[in-house]
Amino acid sequence: MPILTKAEAKALLTKVLSYSKAEQCEVNLNCSDSGNIRYARNSVSTSGGISANSLVVSSAFGKKLGTATINEFDDASLEKVVRRAEELAQLAPENPEFMPFLSPQEYGADSPTFSPVTAAVTPKDRADAVQASLKQAIDSKLNAAGFLSNSIGCSAMMNSKGLFAYNTSTDVAFNITVRTDDGKGSGYATRGYNDFSKLNAKADTAIAAKKAMSSVTAKAIEPGKYTVILEPTAVAVMLENLFFSMDARQADEGRSFMSKTGGKTKLGEQLVDERVNIYSDPWNPELPTATWSGDGRPQQKVNWIEKGVVKNLYSSRYWAQKTGIKAIPFPAGAIMKGGTKTLEELIKGTEKGILVTRLWYIRTVDPQTLLLTGLTRDGTFYIENGEIKFPVKNFRFNESPIIMLNNLDEIGIAERTVSAESEANYLLPPLRIRDFTFTSLSDAV
Amino acid sequence: MKRRNFIYLTGVGAAAAMLPAIPVFGKEISPEQALTYIDPAAKKILSDVALNAARSKGATYTDVRVGRYLNQYVVTREDKVENIVNTESYGIGIRVISNGSWGFAATDKMDKDSIAKAAELAVTIAKENARLLREPVKLAPQKGYGEVSWKAPIEKNTFEVPVKEKVDLLLAVNDAAMKGGVDYINSILFAVNEQKYFASTDGSYIDQDIHRIWPTFFITKIDKATGKFETRNALSAPTGKGYEYLDARPQDKIQTASGTLYKGRYDMLEDATQGARQLGEKMKAKSVEPGKYDLVLDPSHLWLTIHESCGHPTELDRVLGYEANYAGTSFLTLDKWESKKFNYGSKEVNITADKTEVGSLGAVGYDDEGVKCGKWDVIKDGILVNYQAIRDQAHILGLNASQGCCYADNWSSVQFQRMANISLQPGKAKLSIADQIKNVEKGIYIVGDGSFSIDQQRYNFQFGGQLYYEIKDGKIAGMLKDVAYQANTQEFWNSCVAICDESDYRLGGSFFDGKGQPGQVSAVSHGSATTRFNKVNVINTARKI
Repeated sequence: MPILTKAEAKALLTKVLSYSKAEQCEVNLNCSDSGNIRYARNSVSTSGGISANSLVVSSAFGKKLGTATINEFDDASLEKVVRRAEELAQLAPENPEFMPFLSPQEYGADSPTFSPVTAAVTPKDRADAVQASLKQAIDSKLNAAGFLSNSIGCSAMMNSKGLFAYNTSTDVAFNITVRTDDGKGSGYATRGYNDFSKLNAKADTAIAAKKAMSSVTAKAIEPGKYTVILEPTAVAVMLENLFFSMDARQADEGRSFMSKTGGKTKLGEQLVDERVNIYSDPWNPELPTATWSGDGRPQQKVNWIEKGVVKNLYSSRYWAQKTGIKAIPFPAGAIMKGGTKTLEELIKGTEKGILVTRLWYIRTVDPQTLLLTGLTRDGTFYIENGEIKFPVKNFRFNESPIIMLNNLDEIGIAERTVSAESEANYLLPPLRIRDFTFTSLSDAV
Repeated sequence: MKRRNFIYLTGVGAAAAMLPAIPVFGKEISPEQALTYIDPAAKKILSDVALNAARSKGATYTDVRVGRYLNQYVVTREDKVENIVNTESYGIGIRVISNGSWGFAATDKMDKDSIAKAAELAVTIAKENARLLREPVKLAPQKGYGEVSWKAPIEKNTFEVPVKEKVDLLLAVNDAAMKGGVDYINSILFAVNEQKYFASTDGSYIDQDIHRIWPTFFITKIDKATGKFETRNALSAPTGKGYEYLDARPQDKIQTASGTLYKGRYDMLEDATQGARQLGEKMKAKSVEPGKYDLVLDPSHLWLTIHESCGHPTELDRVLGYEANYAGTSFLTLDKWESKKFNYGSKEVNITADKTEVGSLGAVGYDDEGVKCGKWDVIKDGILVNYQAIRDQAHILGLNASQGCCYADNWSSVQFQRMANISLQPGKAKLSIADQIKNVEKGIYIVGDGSFSIDQQRYNFQFGGQLYYEIKDGKIAGMLKDVAYQANTQEFWNSCVAICDESDYRLGGSFFDGKGQPGQVSAVSHGSATTRFNKVNVINTARKI
């Protein structure tokens, strides 16, 4: 089904609300059309096209809330879903933390999240891109495994207080692993875009291929504390665990890395190196995201960490009201302000260190200190006197992003990158970090 | 990897505020709707539309899954109900082979025209991708079973139990923990019902009804003076059972020096009470001295080590490289299997794959490509003897039939190789938990699963737990904290010296095992009895920020 235009979405949601007899009613609409292609062993494996839509109706009487959904949009179905939400609301227990729906909000200009080029992608376009990637790998006598997906979606919401929001978006994800035939070398590249025309699968495959070939015959060096350069995708998986943990309620309740004794938090305190600036901005042209969250709150530009000081925490509307803070929703993307040096320049300025191109299987070991564990993967290299000297075997690390950002040495130029763990997109620089803790060696390639 | 999404959804963990932005598992429905089953005859008509449409467009093989996936979750914290949601996801997934290539399309528009269009799209995709193939798909032969059905042998359908009963249970659990001195508790009851209908051009029409349940809680205690906090999770296991799982009888309980452990069924209220007590002890526990220890691992912990270090590396798609771009490959390469002498573990180690074990998460009658399920050895007397395969891989192992490991987590997901229940067989000689502990001079007894991480070829891993007890000269000498062990898979399983007998055999499992692109989850159980591993490297995880 083609996605609904703003006018069509408005008309549909207005009709749904016209059936409501509840004290309050809110309707969310989501539609998506997506396609993907997966390959491995230099050959296509699985692929598909998926179309799915849903309409969510929330009805409230006092502090009692009922929710029902449907994916048929004829008049009878629309009325039925509203009645069902109302019936559930009457049956539900009172929720003391229920918040009334929001009045109309100001969302500012639309963010450029939609690309008509991506919306027009066909199965043939996907196959062409993969063919170029496969040719690059096969011509280099290497083994490729990759994934390409594109999607188009719309989301809209309206409520009985007059709030209306609408957004369309397109997404492209491409990631590729290239391995040498003997299995001794492996390289990776990952990209995320809104616009399919930015995708260069051949070039990305070449990057992964170069890492694969240069990571063969890796040497084992002793685990311990090393200066590391983390490429942006490795930075992403460390820092997103910090973003995920910046909830105000968890901090106030004393069960987060942000908590202090006596119910206090570290909000407003310097937590990391003063060169660290982390923010979110829905209108950033490199990382455009929706200007409203699923409950109708505006997504605005927010400084999370400024000059190393924690400036804001996100929170539910209930908790914000209870504690008297601004109810900032969880952001749709995060950005760390970059420096001026390229990755090559960071390497050049490193006397002794390790280049980490990717980190993998990240898990929290201790939420109190945000200690994380995980491993390097797909190309790890020893640097001496400003040059990559040789590939090294993979390490397991145990490190906290807080400690890491206190041991900050240098910040490179920020670029759009993707977390291989959460698949979220970010704008992040490569970082040089002192005393990064590797605790054991891995034989994995 | 999808575990994180679940945690957001339930509001547990740090990111409760993300709730509205996270896509839910499916659409929400009322409880009574969940009890209405769709007539298999209607599903057969829809399936035939897809089979015929695909055939007419040139598919040489087609399978169709009409799926209705129901989830219910009841989420509470302290004295409040945070969320009660019933979701339903209903639609059709159509997989075809055309020009030797796979194609797949799915839709939730269940009229005949939309289904025929989806079938046509699947064929278009297959034909478009055929130019990227190196060799055509080779399917192991599979006979059609005609019209058959399979139902999980549950005693009490969780979806039929009134929501109020579930809410009352969770609030009682919360109350017990709070009275025990914890500062916070989140408790959750999660139920799944997969009503899935499979049809293929081989002549199978298979109707299946699968149930899963997972009651769990997370408790936190804070030392106000120091600001330090500790947590302890429930010792329950997600299972392929009905609501009877929460009806523990005396024979379902194992009493140990540390408390009660659960076998087959679970006493949530009792576990919350003992959890609060144990958490108090954990707050005062000694920080571990790093070094080599003999580990005695309880099945509530060991299931996850088995899952990561044996379940995943014996998946044939990983061995072959199909998961190289995401979950990774495997150190258990085909040459090691062909040699018939690769020492995966010590002689004590016997690991089976089993898609039939009653009450397990992976038990089904037929897999998602219409293959009847069974049981086989993977590691026999320490030696790698087999893998886990599906129809288009069977020929690689010289098999003339699939092992029935194909699964898709939804009608909208394409089916692929997923893990069978992979279980460590109990020891043959009589051995109790108390005997295991008595025999250890310097060791740590670990109960419950915690932090877990393993490399992409499954060599190097690190695991934490919930409760750590120091063993000194054959006796429990109090609780430890800040414990994690790191090991190499082959060295670890070769250090396995003793496994308790059958009376201690218990299932653990995962509700949300992530794999594939686009990512899919699957649920799988892992059985074991309390097992000892000698001289494993233990690190201290305490840090200061």
